[in-house]
Amino acid sequence: MTIRARLSHDTASVALGGKAVARALREAGVEIVPVGSRGMFWLEPFLEVQTASGWRAFGPVAATDVPGILEAVRVAGTHPLSPGRIEDHPFLEAQMRLTFARCGSVDPASLQDYETAGGLAGLKRAIEIGPKAIREEILASGLRGRGGAGFPAGIKWNGAAEAPGDVKYVVCNADEGDSGTYADRMLMEGDPFLLIEGMAIAAVATGSTRGFIYIRSEYPLAIAAMRRAIAVAEDTGLLGASILGSAFAFDLEVRVGAGSYVCGEETALLESIEGRRGQVRAKPPLPVHAGLFGKPTVINNVLTFAAAPTVLTQGAGFYRDLGVGRSRGTMPIQLAGDIKHGGLFETPFGVTLGELVNDIGGGTASGRPIRAVQVGGPLGAYFPPSLFDTPFDYEAFTAKGGLIGHGGIVVFNDTVDMAHQARFAMEFCAVESCGKCTPCRIGSVRGTETIDRLLKGPDKAAQMALLRDLCDTMKSGSLCALGGFVPYPVLSAIDHFPEDFVAR
Amino acid sequence: MSSAVNMAGSAWSEDRARAAIAPHAAAPGGLLPALHALQAEFGFVPKPAIALLAHAFNLSRAEVFGVASFYHDFRLDGPAGRHVLKLCRAEACQAVGAERVAAAAHATLKLGWSETSSDGAWTLEPIYCLGLCASGPSAMLDGEPVGRLDEVKLAELIAQAAP
Repeated sequence: MTIRARLSHDTASVALGGKAVARALREAGVEIVPVGSRGMFWLEPFLEVQTASGWRAFGPVAATDVPGILEAVRVAGTHPLSPGRIEDHPFLEAQMRLTFARCGSVDPASLQDYETAGGLAGLKRAIEIGPKAIREEILASGLRGRGGAGFPAGIKWNGAAEAPGDVKYVVCNADEGDSGTYADRMLMEGDPFLLIEGMAIAAVATGSTRGFIYIRSEYPLAIAAMRRAIAVAEDTGLLGASILGSAFAFDLEVRVGAGSYVCGEETALLESIEGRRGQVRAKPPLPVHAGLFGKPTVINNVLTFAAAPTVLTQGAGFYRDLGVGRSRGTMPIQLAGDIKHGGLFETPFGVTLGELVNDIGGGTASGRPIRAVQVGGPLGAYFPPSLFDTPFDYEAFTAKGGLIGHGGIVVFNDTVDMAHQARFAMEFCAVESCGKCTPCRIGSVRGTETIDRLLKGPDKAAQMALLRDLCDTMKSGSLCALGGFVPYPVLSAIDHFPEDFVAR
Repeated sequence: MSSAVNMAGSAWSEDRARAAIAPHAAAPGGLLPALHALQAEFGFVPKPAIALLAHAFNLSRAEVFGVASFYHDFRLDGPAGRHVLKLCRAEACQAVGAERVAAAAHATLKLGWSETSSDGAWTLEPIYCLGLCASGPSAMLDGEPVGRLDEVKLAELIAQAAP
């Protein structure tokens, strides 16, 4: 009898030798079901082999491990690479997976697998209850945009629905450019139908018939997975003139970015889809009133759309009852950098930063002490261990001078040079600035120069005052978050790690 | 997907350029997909293609050039080397030694960022995040992702690549 195995085809698995493992399995006559990642990246390439008593997990697997694993499966013996039953793994057991419930266990190319595992129930209910009731449900759930800004999704959807116009668009921002974040990529590669379902719900809710997913070119496997899933959805009537046989129509297309970080900003992204330079637009008008091609547009991040099916399936109350304060539901948190157990950890808001990096992440992979943690991407603040009691919650992070952004956490050990990190933030902003507004375009260049002068001395106090003043100008004068938020990493590095800013 | 697929590129042909542009000309906002298609065809966006794009999309040449030059992905000066090594320079990879790997790459290939070797064998490019932040330092070699890179693994990759 042919042995069946699930092998992770996530970019991380491929990057760590997954293709060689697949070859070795095929040569051994094993039938492979390519799946996404469970999000435990220290176990990639990750493999599950089907046995009479269920799936047996192995990781990290090298091609040379394959014969031994198959032998262990055959004789039901032990194997050093087996972490036990994966569902019982403490890293998975401690999570509450709503968005990522299926990722790693279903074939991302199979709509049938998706439906068997509970998919499409949200869209079916959405079609049943109609646009207004969907929007009420999303609003009542307390779902906020997961891309970084945290704006209530229900208000956005209402705005687009109520805006006048026959043509409306739904746009997914899959330009996940923040260092330390990979949840969008993982979801698109591992469970693409969830994103399609979420966008279809948004389309029904707002009266849109056409949608775009803008994916960055750095994610070739996610682009391929989304395109494959859209083709399946078109063939099976999940997308098209009559979605799931209803009176609602929805067409979806993938557009590929071209290596510009600022295109993750929603209005720059719209410009880019329109075939222009990815320059930020001044707001107002808001995209819900005049967005893509000047039409009312709902633009949300991958994780926001992907949360909608859960809200519709489980109900607004279920979702709203999770979390803390005004941060409701679950957040897919991404642990990265020098961390022992790097991976995706989905949990209701409220868990503290220290619990995340020390208890769940297991501290540093290098074994060195943690010195700083950057939360929220290149525009997020650096937190020292003294702030580890901060709960993961939009408002709590704002109160400590930080932001949770897209939920990425990057751990740095004690060898990090915080002045270098502050300078890098300014330099990155200078490279990626779209050039539309002066504080960002020129401020980032002057910021880099000022940090250089500050580190050379001798007029340290004057340069420091100048840098703070410049950050203030960028914060309040920039058109978008690139120039406006770059002061977060810069000032947090100075405030929490002043010893790194002495003249050298 | 993008520049990685056809690194060496092929010689200019107006017919092939028109064929690459045509499927996107009627699409709203089709200029970016058309630029991607041209780069996949030729390994870069050749100068004569700018005029063809301007005509196809009813834009000025300056507008088309403005778009093409805005995006880091599009190569305007010629195709990349036969091998393209993109090293991640973002924070998560920095936290686990990306700068040591970058220094080794500069030393081994004798190239600065965005430079191509004179024999056309290698191009070294910076990239900011491949979504491999829990498996860094990461890179992309000829379109294939690489994780947990260090100086030893880098030297192996370079040695194994065909000349």
